[in-house]
Amino acid sequence: MKFTLNWLKDHLVTKKSEKQITDTLNKIGLEVENIHPIKDEFSDFLIAKIIKSEKHPNADRLKVCDVDVGQKNILKVVCGAANACAGLITIYAPPGSIIPKNNMKLEVSKIRGVTSYGMLCSESELNLSNESKGIIALSGKFKNKVGKSYFNNKKENVIELSITPNRPDCLGIRGIARDLAAAGIGKLKPLKNKKLKKNNNKINVVIKKSKNQSCKIFGSCLITNIKNQESPKWLKDRLIAVGLRPISAVVDITNFIMIDLNRPLHAYDLDKINKRIIVRESKKNESLNALDNKKYNLSDGMCVISDEGGPLGLGGIIGGTRSSTEIDTKNIIVESAYFDPSITRNTSSILNLNSDAKYRFERGIDPNSIENGLQKAAEMITEICGGEIGKFQLTKTTEILKKEIKLDNNFPSKVLGINISYKEIINILENLGFKCKKNKSYVSVQIPSWRPDVNEKIDLVEEIIRIKGLETIKSIDPEKNRINETLNNNQKHFHLAQRSIASKGYLEAITWSFANEQINNFFLNSKKCNRLINPISADLGVLRSSIFSNLVEKIKENIDRGENNIALFEVGPVFDGINPGEQAINATAISAGYAVNPNWNEKKRLLDVFDVKRDLIHILNELGTIEDEIEIETSNLPNYFHPGKSGNISYSNNPNNHFASFGELHPNIINQLEVKTDSMVGFEINLDKYVKLKGLNKKIKNVYQFSEYQKSERDFAFIVDKNIKAQELLKLIKNVDSTMIKDISIFDLYEGENIPKEKKSLAFKVVIQSIDKALTENDINNISKKIIKTIEDKTGSKLRS
Amino acid sequence: MSEIEKIKSEYLEKLNNCSNTDNLNQIKNELFGKNGLITNQFKLISSKSENEKKNFAAQINLIKNLLQDKIERVSKQIEIDEINKKLDTERVDVTLPERSFKKGKIHPVSQVIDEISSIFSEIGFSVAEGPDVENEYNNFTALNTPPNHPARDMHDTFYLSEDKNLLLRTHTSPVQIRTMLKGKPPFKIIAPGRTYRCDSDQTHTPMFHQLEGLHVDKDINMGHLKGCLNYFIKEFFEVKKLKMRFRPSHFPFTEPSAEVDIGYDLKNGEIIIGEGDKWLEILGCGMVHPNVLKNSKVDSSKYQGFAFGIGIDRLAMLKYGIKDLRSFFDCNYKWLNHYGFDPVDVPTNYRGLSR
Repeated sequence: MKFTLNWLKDHLVTKKSEKQITDTLNKIGLEVENIHPIKDEFSDFLIAKIIKSEKHPNADRLKVCDVDVGQKNILKVVCGAANACAGLITIYAPPGSIIPKNNMKLEVSKIRGVTSYGMLCSESELNLSNESKGIIALSGKFKNKVGKSYFNNKKENVIELSITPNRPDCLGIRGIARDLAAAGIGKLKPLKNKKLKKNNNKINVVIKKSKNQSCKIFGSCLITNIKNQESPKWLKDRLIAVGLRPISAVVDITNFIMIDLNRPLHAYDLDKINKRIIVRESKKNESLNALDNKKYNLSDGMCVISDEGGPLGLGGIIGGTRSSTEIDTKNIIVESAYFDPSITRNTSSILNLNSDAKYRFERGIDPNSIENGLQKAAEMITEICGGEIGKFQLTKTTEILKKEIKLDNNFPSKVLGINISYKEIINILENLGFKCKKNKSYVSVQIPSWRPDVNEKIDLVEEIIRIKGLETIKSIDPEKNRINETLNNNQKHFHLAQRSIASKGYLEAITWSFANEQINNFFLNSKKCNRLINPISADLGVLRSSIFSNLVEKIKENIDRGENNIALFEVGPVFDGINPGEQAINATAISAGYAVNPNWNEKKRLLDVFDVKRDLIHILNELGTIEDEIEIETSNLPNYFHPGKSGNISYSNNPNNHFASFGELHPNIINQLEVKTDSMVGFEINLDKYVKLKGLNKKIKNVYQFSEYQKSERDFAFIVDKNIKAQELLKLIKNVDSTMIKDISIFDLYEGENIPKEKKSLAFKVVIQSIDKALTENDINNISKKIIKTIEDKTGSKLRS
Repeated sequence: MSEIEKIKSEYLEKLNNCSNTDNLNQIKNELFGKNGLITNQFKLISSKSENEKKNFAAQINLIKNLLQDKIERVSKQIEIDEINKKLDTERVDVTLPERSFKKGKIHPVSQVIDEISSIFSEIGFSVAEGPDVENEYNNFTALNTPPNHPARDMHDTFYLSEDKNLLLRTHTSPVQIRTMLKGKPPFKIIAPGRTYRCDSDQTHTPMFHQLEGLHVDKDINMGHLKGCLNYFIKEFFEVKKLKMRFRPSHFPFTEPSAEVDIGYDLKNGEIIIGEGDKWLEILGCGMVHPNVLKNSKVDSSKYQGFAFGIGIDRLAMLKYGIKDLRSFFDCNYKWLNHYGFDPVDVPTNYRGLSR
């Protein structure tokens, strides 16, 4: 909402400065968004300084200038003037501006292969003189005005407010004046109505009754024998100042009243109307050629103003061209009506149609302003265009009910935490146009018809504190009492996982929750694809099914930028469906490149599955799950991993219910996505599932059992079938005597010469120790024999001699 | 001088000049070997008279111990000398690079969420969550924003179903509804999380992060809201003084509503929070609207409280001098390394939020 101080003063007697007024506006919730000089066709021309001037590479007579126009960036402008030299202060015309001499609109263009952003002007181009040799050279005193408009030095300011959707009354200047007056910035002038001479002319108006009838009141007035014309200068200036384009006196006056009183009006050419006005719901297949020069196909149930020949306009939204006023229009109907906010909004959103009227009606117009609108329009039109005024005719479908709210005396104080007296409450509300009646323990407040937003006592509290000032509320220091723990178990794991993964050398990334469908498809693993109805772009069309899809893309981008070794992770949601809750928090990581970079003292090595497995096991350890509790599984592997170099992790006591996977990424994916790397590995932990399976971390540690007795080590090498998993052998050995066997490690894996093709040799080191006695050679030999027998019997392996 | 005294002085002298193990072993042998000088002296004991025997033996023992001590010391010295000698040949160029180590980082948004959680933890708030996909009721209607409300214009919503019932939450406020429906008052929560709007330009990304705050109890008023935010902003920016301004505004789900500005100054292009006479809009807040309480099955005649919402990404930008919002989500390796935080930098109240 834009206004000028001069216009404001039509409604407000005040001597306060612009600064005092704008400060007050901000204080009472009418946020000042911008203050700038009134714009006209000359505002665009800026004082500029040439920083550098070079010969155009492809043209002898042209120059390429670096120009400072007071903005962040220095602009390149091509110029043909001989005097365009570094240091010259001149006038710059930006793209979009219209050159007065030839009325040409400037555009960014290539001049002989060099892009020019605007133009430097000569006096003749700006119609300042006939001088066309060279560009304008301004004197040194303009040095400090670079970036300012050349023609705009003395213009009045336009104040632009950001009006919140609850305050339609302040979409009119009178509403702003009323708020300012209540805030002590001046006195609201009473509205003065001239006595008008009216005849009995009127047109037949019918509002068709129906459930969804948007029009509650239709006010109309005929004005005949007018002489429509260009508006007087003062009227045009006011409209231009607030950003409206003057058209003709009749249209300009309706626009003026809309801005002035927040009372949208519409003028029809009476001579173009077929018999009578019918306000009704639209029918399918009807259409409207609207004043924005677009044709709208209407659906059922939209509010149309029509005559016997069909729709004339959409009620509260836009008029049609068929009945529009022209400069030679003689007789008009002025419409001043009330349309339902929600129906208006619904219609305009279906048609994707915005207008100043719609913006106001959907927020709620004062239903009692209808006659006043007609009065003001009739006054102004007859004053400027002459003519005779007909009867003010109001057709209604419903009565406007008065709203009254009971406000308990102590309610504002209870909400705000400060004491506010009766008197002050009544004073503030009455200044805003509310009518108050004092009772014993409450104030009975009648709500003015221009405040559709005030419906409950809490709304009144807002009014009171808005005007009294939020700064009067005293800050109360927070108390430390706690209701729940700061983080729940899941959140603790989220936090731990982030820190744990990062400490393994991964950089934390945050990527969109959406993904490129084509990439996401690689990571669906038989989940269904969840599409957005209105994605921001085609390549972000689905909710991600796995964080891998985005991470792979980001890894690729980084590799393309020359980062060959990169490790990224993200902890965030992945989506299994489109219903709330069909999501899970995953911790996912990828790394690409070398495990050991080529360097001066170690052998370089590419990342492989055991690197990522180490990270994952280490992280699970830090999250509270040790190796002994888990099992690596190789069935039902996610299909985006290398099938032979990947694994799932489940709890040993809950097999085939994996909560994490790891492995080398599937070579086909790396290949098809054209990721330029020799190695890419990754893991993902479904944190929600993991935490659910794991439960709380134990707070109390088991008693540590310390053994004072000697420990012994024994080595065993077995010739084993290749398909027998190391994990299985480790488990078998451990189970031979799980109390005595303290540790088992694999220190050698051998395949090749001297070993049958389908076999491998695995060598174990077993640590044996008792908690309560010194083991004899015999004891240890017994355990060793048992180990050998168990492995040989259970797996068909042979001890390597 | 007796024989034994001679041996003593001769060998002490020899030992003083001894500088290698071979030489030392030879001396040991000469003294204590099968026919060693000291060994032989011991053999002489039996030839002495009963009177002399005791004295003689004592003297030999004394000298034996003395020489053995000396040998021990010389032996240690030789070891030290030999190691020192070896060290001279073992010099490497320690300016060669170390074996590589990997250093991961925490994203600034995560770090800031942890900082915020730590600050609010101090005053008894707990962290609540809700799903990213929401239904239209929780995201709008329950928050006093019925269908066809103009306030919905400010939320460019991503939809997941044609009937527009399923959507990506446009703010973290639906967490208020879920939290209240699930529990019983009092409520004292913050809810950081991902939010989505169908908007993308220099200063908007289709996904961003918000922090919701909610404190509802029997007598929580707007003074508590002020105190809470004042405490939070001061702690977050780690400043002692803070200028703060509340401006009335409008959000459907709070009433009275306010926007909060904080004072700042520009010094060498850097924003200094808490000083100066410029104002920076930082958050929206207000008293929870009675309709929201009603929709959340909380008795608004007994309970009241405040709510607020802050853009987390913007807080991170302000605190850590990050210029471009879009860069948060680019995942550029160099950027993440530069702006990221070491995983050991866990914000805590006892060690401080930042190093």
